[in-house]
Amino acid sequence: MSLQGPYPPRWVNTLLRRLCKPHLLEEIEGDLLEFYYEWVRQYGVAKANRLYVFHSIKFLRYYALGPILPLSMINVDVMLKDHLKIAWRQLVKNKAYSFLNVAGLGIGMTVSMLIGLWVWDETSFNTYHQGYDRVARVLQNQEFAGGEVRTWRGQALQLAPGLRDSYGTYFKYVTLANFRQDHTLRFDEKVLTQKGMFMEPDAPKILTLDMVKGTQEGLSEPYSIFLSESAARVFFGNEDPTNQVMQIDDWPGVKVTGVYADLPHNSTFAGLDFISTWALYETSLPEWLNWGNSWFQVIVQVADQQDMAQASAAIKNVKQDRVSEEQGARFKPELFLHPMSQWHLYSRFEQGQNTGGRIQQVRMFSAIGFIVMVLACINFMNLSTARSEKRAKEVGVRKAVGSRRGQLVRQFFTESLMLALLAFVLSLVLVHTLLPYFNDLAGKRITMPWLHPLFWGGSIGFALFSGLLAGSYPALYLSSLKAIQVLRGTTKIGRNAALPRKILVVVQFTVSISLVIGTMMVFQQLGYVKDRPVGYSLDNLITVPVKNDEILSHYEAFRHDLLQTGVVEEVSNAASRVTQTFVTNSGFSWNGQESDMQDEFVTVRVTHEFGKTIGWQVIAGRDFSKDFGTDSLALVINEAAASYLGFEDPVGEKIKWGIHGTYTIIGVVKDMVTQSPYEPAKQTLFYIDFKGPKLSNVAHIKLRTGQGSYQAITEVATVFKKYDPSNPFEFQFVDQSYADKFGDEELVGRLAGIFAILAILISGLGLFGMASYVAHQRTREVGIRKVLGASVTNLWRLLSKDFVYLVLLSCFMAGPIAYMVLEGWLQQFAYRAPLSFRPFLLAGVVAVLIAIMTVSFHTFKAATSNPVNSLKLE
Amino acid sequence: MRTTYIGELEEVILLIVVMLQEEAYGVMITREIEKQLDRKISVSAVHATLHRLSKKGYVNSSMGGATHERGGRRKRFFKITPAGSRILQEIREARSRLWSQVPPNALTS
Repeated sequence: MSLQGPYPPRWVNTLLRRLCKPHLLEEIEGDLLEFYYEWVRQYGVAKANRLYVFHSIKFLRYYALGPILPLSMINVDVMLKDHLKIAWRQLVKNKAYSFLNVAGLGIGMTVSMLIGLWVWDETSFNTYHQGYDRVARVLQNQEFAGGEVRTWRGQALQLAPGLRDSYGTYFKYVTLANFRQDHTLRFDEKVLTQKGMFMEPDAPKILTLDMVKGTQEGLSEPYSIFLSESAARVFFGNEDPTNQVMQIDDWPGVKVTGVYADLPHNSTFAGLDFISTWALYETSLPEWLNWGNSWFQVIVQVADQQDMAQASAAIKNVKQDRVSEEQGARFKPELFLHPMSQWHLYSRFEQGQNTGGRIQQVRMFSAIGFIVMVLACINFMNLSTARSEKRAKEVGVRKAVGSRRGQLVRQFFTESLMLALLAFVLSLVLVHTLLPYFNDLAGKRITMPWLHPLFWGGSIGFALFSGLLAGSYPALYLSSLKAIQVLRGTTKIGRNAALPRKILVVVQFTVSISLVIGTMMVFQQLGYVKDRPVGYSLDNLITVPVKNDEILSHYEAFRHDLLQTGVVEEVSNAASRVTQTFVTNSGFSWNGQESDMQDEFVTVRVTHEFGKTIGWQVIAGRDFSKDFGTDSLALVINEAAASYLGFEDPVGEKIKWGIHGTYTIIGVVKDMVTQSPYEPAKQTLFYIDFKGPKLSNVAHIKLRTGQGSYQAITEVATVFKKYDPSNPFEFQFVDQSYADKFGDEELVGRLAGIFAILAILISGLGLFGMASYVAHQRTREVGIRKVLGASVTNLWRLLSKDFVYLVLLSCFMAGPIAYMVLEGWLQQFAYRAPLSFRPFLLAGVVAVLIAIMTVSFHTFKAATSNPVNSLKLE
Repeated sequence: MRTTYIGELEEVILLIVVMLQEEAYGVMITREIEKQLDRKISVSAVHATLHRLSKKGYVNSSMGGATHERGGRRKRFFKITPAGSRILQEIREARSRLWSQVPPNALTS
């Protein structure tokens, strides 16, 4: 009957059947249908249909609803529980194996995670500033004799108005700024040295300062200052600093018009304590500054609708068009923009082209992180394949009782995923504990991004990936075995897996040995450079910046007072710290000068006793002396300068220095490391007098040996306070500033060392597991051999030799690889250690020794075991 | 003190189940409620209540024979259990006790 006459909408019935509990369906449908016919009689088909739908849907309430998941999924749920249970039992049963696996993978993950965090920190540099994509610094390329192009950050102060007036459409903001300097900041009684910059009013918008007090407009008043939050706290505690008047150095007072949140450590402007106005700074500058004096920097923000590259091309000739010949037009200055996004990682320029910079370190460590992770995965795979023979029987039995292949695949993947997730948890714990030490080592302030979705996504994805990768062999290969063959014992599992396993071991050790060689080479290079003759004495030498004219105008008395303390051996002043002589000058002429010899000389202005203070070694002529009045026009040059000038005997020769006069060379000193220790010494001129602008001065003080340095420095500070009571006393040990030059390379060396150790550790763990497996495999063979009279040494050698051969093979492969990489790395240092055979040999020996020791643990145990026990085993 | 709470609708439906005797199934019960109590109720609410009652053990049910008028589907007939009878009686006694204490003329109409 149901085929004739009206019938309720079928989709409703389908819906009910899908969702309701099956045993309730009949009565529900029946009752509904009975009502339906009544509704049809009463209201007609259309309304009956509507009522039917309405009432049916009302049946979808809790008691009537079936389980949400379809029936087939319930089975999966059960299977999954079973897989997990079996996986857990496997894990607990083979404790040693599980431990090796989890530890190896966990360490690998820890390394990659740490490196990942580090890379993240490096690549996110400056992203704090919202104008990150549109802010740039104006750089200039200048061409020197011989076609050498050098790139400078410095710009003339005329550039900013030049850009604003003629190229205003390209830029939203333009600001001049000086390079960050230490200044004395004063409020009432509080006097502190703070790092600050002077910028134009648009600067806070370029840097997108997060204002805690005041607004970003605050710098438009000429005598105003912004403090960082921490600087404000130091000076004002919890009080509101707004509108308080402070003093910078000995300049007129400035009013605090704003406080900005401290800039994060991964910003170029990190640690900037205050920003004050360019207008104020300008009053301290000499008036004669022109386009030739590239003393400042210009930072711009490209206009919203403009393209950075186009703006960069447009300003190319701004300086060339305006600068006069003698002020630098002959150097063909070309301006361009260096985007903020490249400041940190791409800061090196060669011949005017960007050649990377720190990005190379980032790439190198990313590669190492990846490699270590691959090693850990290889380990994981190796250990699971090594055990596959044992599992083959299990596969046979499972198949015989009716397991389908898909279920076995899932079973094995569940196991490897479980191990991988355990390793992941272990690595989280390790990373969390190690992060402070890592930060210390790498000079970073990285925190665990517990709340970052990308971190979780990335690392969990990573754990899953390594779990799947590691489980792929047993899952895909073992599950394909034929039950009958396995159970009968006719297939030899593991035979065909032996070769890939060996390859994996070789790859692992090749990488580890290469890393070890690399680390040794980095340290060898460091040691080589550190052993380089410095040319002067670093010990007991301190430098103190001279901030006050009083000291200079009463220099002799000041010097006398210092010597009187009894703790000071010698004192002298110089224009810059002996470890950082970066002032260069050109415009020299001398007899026999070739026309293309236009290179700049490093020039260092010193007082008479400079040589005696730092202990330089005069190899020809004499040192400066007060006995000769003519020494005001005398030069002491270094060996590099002597060979550049080309005089047979430079002493007594004359050099004309532009308008400053003609100087006589009175002495030659041994080359000194006053700049980069990796570069050959630059031609350097030391001179006594200079009637130029007042430049910063640094006192060099040689302390007497045998004095407690703390006490000695207190005495020195007292003298400084006498002449300069208003500025805080600061000093640096020269040996410390010298050691700072090696910071970057030392970091590379230390990190590479740690990673190399971890790589070896992971490989060792893998080898350990493999050896235990092989020893177990050959238990009976060993027993029989022993019964037949083989000695322990014999057996030990028999079992160990396979592994040692593999490691030896790795040594031969690692050699050339390491050689090629290191050759490239060393190219960047002009002063480099020769590639020697020693690290290669040493790394090889170490690797083989480690391999033998690891393997012996098991092979020796097997060799000494009682054959009765091993043969009884059946 | 009763341990199981019984709601008003449950009580009504339980009474109707008793009243309908052999004919107590979803459609009939729904019709009786609409007819006797002049109260709109959807069949699904009746089903849910019956389900609740059987969970509490006041009714049990069995399937009847195939029927013509509902596309061959069987009906589920409900029957009151001894526990159900007891609770109905208890309710009734409790009500009468209360009623007996209501003073005459206390209810204003």
